[in-house]
Amino acid sequence: MLNAKIPAGPLESKWTDYKGHCKLVNPANKRKLEVIIVGTGLAGASAAASLGELGYKVKAFCFQDSPRRAHSIAAQGGINAAKNYQNDGDSVFRLFYDTIKGGDYRAREANVHRLAEVSANIIDQCVAQGVPFAREYGGLLSNRSFGGTQVQRTFYAAGQTGQQLLIGAYQALERQVALGNVKMYSRHEMLEIVKIDGKARGIIARDLVSGKLERHFGHAVLLCSGGYGNVFYLSTNAMGSNVTAAWKAHKQGALFGNPCFTQIHPTCIPVSGDHQSKLTLMSESLRNDGRIWVPKKQNDTRKATDIPEDERDYYLERRYPAFGNLVPRDVASRAAKERCDAGYGVGSSKQAVYLDYASAIERYGRTEANKQGKNNASMDEIIAMGKEVVKEKYGNLFDMYEKITGENPYEVPMRIYPAVHYTMGGLWVDYELQTTVPGLYALGEANFSDHGANRLGASALMQGLADGYFVIPYTIGNYLADEIYSQAIATDHPAFAEAEKSVNDRIHQLMNIKGKQTVESFHKRLGKIMWDKCGMARNEQGLKQAIAEIQALKKEFWSDVRIPGEIEQMNPELDKANRVADFIELGELMCIDALNRNESCGGHFREESQTEEGEALRDDANYMYVAAWEFKGEHEWELHKEALNYDVIKPSQRNYK
Amino acid sequence: MEHYHMNLNLKVWRQKNNASKGEFKLYRVENISSEMSFLEMFDVLNEQLIRDGEDPVTFDHDCREGICGACSMYINGKPHGPWQANTTCQLHMRAFKDGDTIVVEPWRANAFPVIKDLMVDRSAFDRIIQAGGYISVNTGNAVDGNALPIEKDKADSSFAAAMCIGCGACVAACKNSSAMLFLSAKVSHLALLPQGAPERKSRVMNMVAQMDKEGFGACTNTGACEATCPKEISISNIARLNQEYLMASLTAE
Repeated sequence: MLNAKIPAGPLESKWTDYKGHCKLVNPANKRKLEVIIVGTGLAGASAAASLGELGYKVKAFCFQDSPRRAHSIAAQGGINAAKNYQNDGDSVFRLFYDTIKGGDYRAREANVHRLAEVSANIIDQCVAQGVPFAREYGGLLSNRSFGGTQVQRTFYAAGQTGQQLLIGAYQALERQVALGNVKMYSRHEMLEIVKIDGKARGIIARDLVSGKLERHFGHAVLLCSGGYGNVFYLSTNAMGSNVTAAWKAHKQGALFGNPCFTQIHPTCIPVSGDHQSKLTLMSESLRNDGRIWVPKKQNDTRKATDIPEDERDYYLERRYPAFGNLVPRDVASRAAKERCDAGYGVGSSKQAVYLDYASAIERYGRTEANKQGKNNASMDEIIAMGKEVVKEKYGNLFDMYEKITGENPYEVPMRIYPAVHYTMGGLWVDYELQTTVPGLYALGEANFSDHGANRLGASALMQGLADGYFVIPYTIGNYLADEIYSQAIATDHPAFAEAEKSVNDRIHQLMNIKGKQTVESFHKRLGKIMWDKCGMARNEQGLKQAIAEIQALKKEFWSDVRIPGEIEQMNPELDKANRVADFIELGELMCIDALNRNESCGGHFREESQTEEGEALRDDANYMYVAAWEFKGEHEWELHKEALNYDVIKPSQRNYK
Repeated sequence: MEHYHMNLNLKVWRQKNNASKGEFKLYRVENISSEMSFLEMFDVLNEQLIRDGEDPVTFDHDCREGICGACSMYINGKPHGPWQANTTCQLHMRAFKDGDTIVVEPWRANAFPVIKDLMVDRSAFDRIIQAGGYISVNTGNAVDGNALPIEKDKADSSFAAAMCIGCGACVAACKNSSAMLFLSAKVSHLALLPQGAPERKSRVMNMVAQMDKEGFGACTNTGACEATCPKEISISNIARLNQEYLMASLTAE
């Protein structure tokens, strides 16, 4: 059994006690300690800024041309915080409870409670940095609802919350760069962890412009490299999002937690054809006001606007009257799949459902007419006013939809379908966010820790910033306090030379295959296997097939991939080949994990384990644990378990009816 | 929406690296769907080039949903192409018709040196931010978020400026390669908020000095930047920047 090093004592005082007793590093010693941070999204940028402010010598790496472009930037809807500004009954406990329940009782109580505790500080910090959150006319912060909760605790900046939060963290990071506390390495990719005497002591990075390998020492290494949704090829992740940093850590001994826990987001723009390179999310906040429906008749080919009200099936409102369109993501996604599989899907592919704003536009229009004292407003005027209100709330999302589909969502309902969006699984970390390799930490989406089997909306931004601003500055001190006697290790140390050689060998091996098939074509094939057999619904037979298919694909990749160009130059195809090679190995582990977990929980739906009504059926007696996998060799992993103990919350069958 | 397929001629800027001389090369792509994005059309071209044993075209791109600011193609004489308020990645092929010739170049500015093909180095923007594009507040110092009410109009204007994605289209569109729209968006974002007040003067002075040092040109108010900005950042921000700069210069100690 794994030890998560959770502090003793009552849940609500664990973090306070920890902070009161963890070891500290004095300012003079901090200046001698070097920390490497891989990735500059919300977790990485906030950690780099905060550790730089504390006086550590930080080196931050990102593969993008600027830290500001990390994929946190694309988060739309918002960030949760237990502020209870709305006086609607919110509290730290409620946020904690909703997150544990939303995660289908597969997350660690102590971590989630800490997350809820620091959530309010995040909002304060961001406001102080100048993040322009949405405000009410009285000048105070505005909130909205999100799925899986019954209070309004989501702070937002139109549909660009992730962008605004990341720019806040990026600016804090650039300030530390200017002060000389952080050295930034853009267009650099981490390709290996360097371990000395069992501890993480640095990385091998590739300068993506020159193609040259570099050695970097650190007393500790923080991986803030995001999730691995791109294993499915099509996802809402950015094109460059990848698992490589986490995978290298895994192969160097860091356990990988719950790899099969992936989130399929219910509201994305459907696939339009084989050319599709990525999918675009339509924020969950749209489910606040939009109503989801399909025709009551199978294979109905009428236009949406021609289908009368009584021939529409608002299936979420029908099945889940208490939460309606605001059920958690996993529930909403499966319900959409169920309707489409049963022949009620819409659009040319029939793999879509409607997200309809007509009634919201009318409702807002009437409110606006009342506000303006226009008691005799005509329907046209009401609709026009309603469209204005909707535009202010969701304008950028509606524009995006129109650009992609060519359809005007103010006039016709949007077509949406679930798509891979987030990965709850990731590197296993203890309470201090440390992996099983001493000195190696994982923050944000790269770790597995806070969202269990399903993440609630507006919680990813919260976790990324909690880890970076408020958790790691304390927990890393507890490790580095014992490192003050360790001198920086020169990078001509044999461990660095050896790590660099293994990276170099692999790059040469890839380049020398000189096969016939492109990297992209392999990635697409991997994605199809994963989506068909390890996607929204999984079963034993499919998963076994998938494992065999992925093993075969791996062989084919390493014997027939074609990578053009040279090593020592800008070569995006080589970068991609490195990443896809790792995705193939990860895909196999995800299927193994999904096969092992013969229960349904959150986003992981095993067809063998469901209620009579088709809801996910957990098996707490056998699977109330974190599955943490140790890499043993090609196609070989050993399962370690971390038992999940619920001291405060009593797990029950999730019910959103 | 009617969908159709098209054959296109592409005239694409190819340049091996910053030290070498570039040139236009002609390519033909066929059976392109009107539902594809512009970058998906480039994916098709690149797959074709790799199969033919040629070097694929290098370009910056990441989120492909118009927010990260990485993509940066100069298409038929316009940064990000023909659509208004749009990024290259969100441009879709229904903007073109069968038989069209499309000319694609990198951003062209001295301060944005070409790295390869259509990819340029925009790190000058990061250095401008380093010069003062932030509020100096360490983690942990904040007061309650609602302790400081901010007028909704001010907050909204600040947000409108903060929407800048740092893509550099404004520089690429400007005949002088001026970075004034980018800079003014950041100065406005922070100057419009009370939190930004303590550093208001030093911020604008230092950021302008850094912009000049990076080799961006002067602003002559032609408005090309505003017309091309994918996030519709208003040129009125430049007026505010000038005001801020003047005020800071006049009251400098």
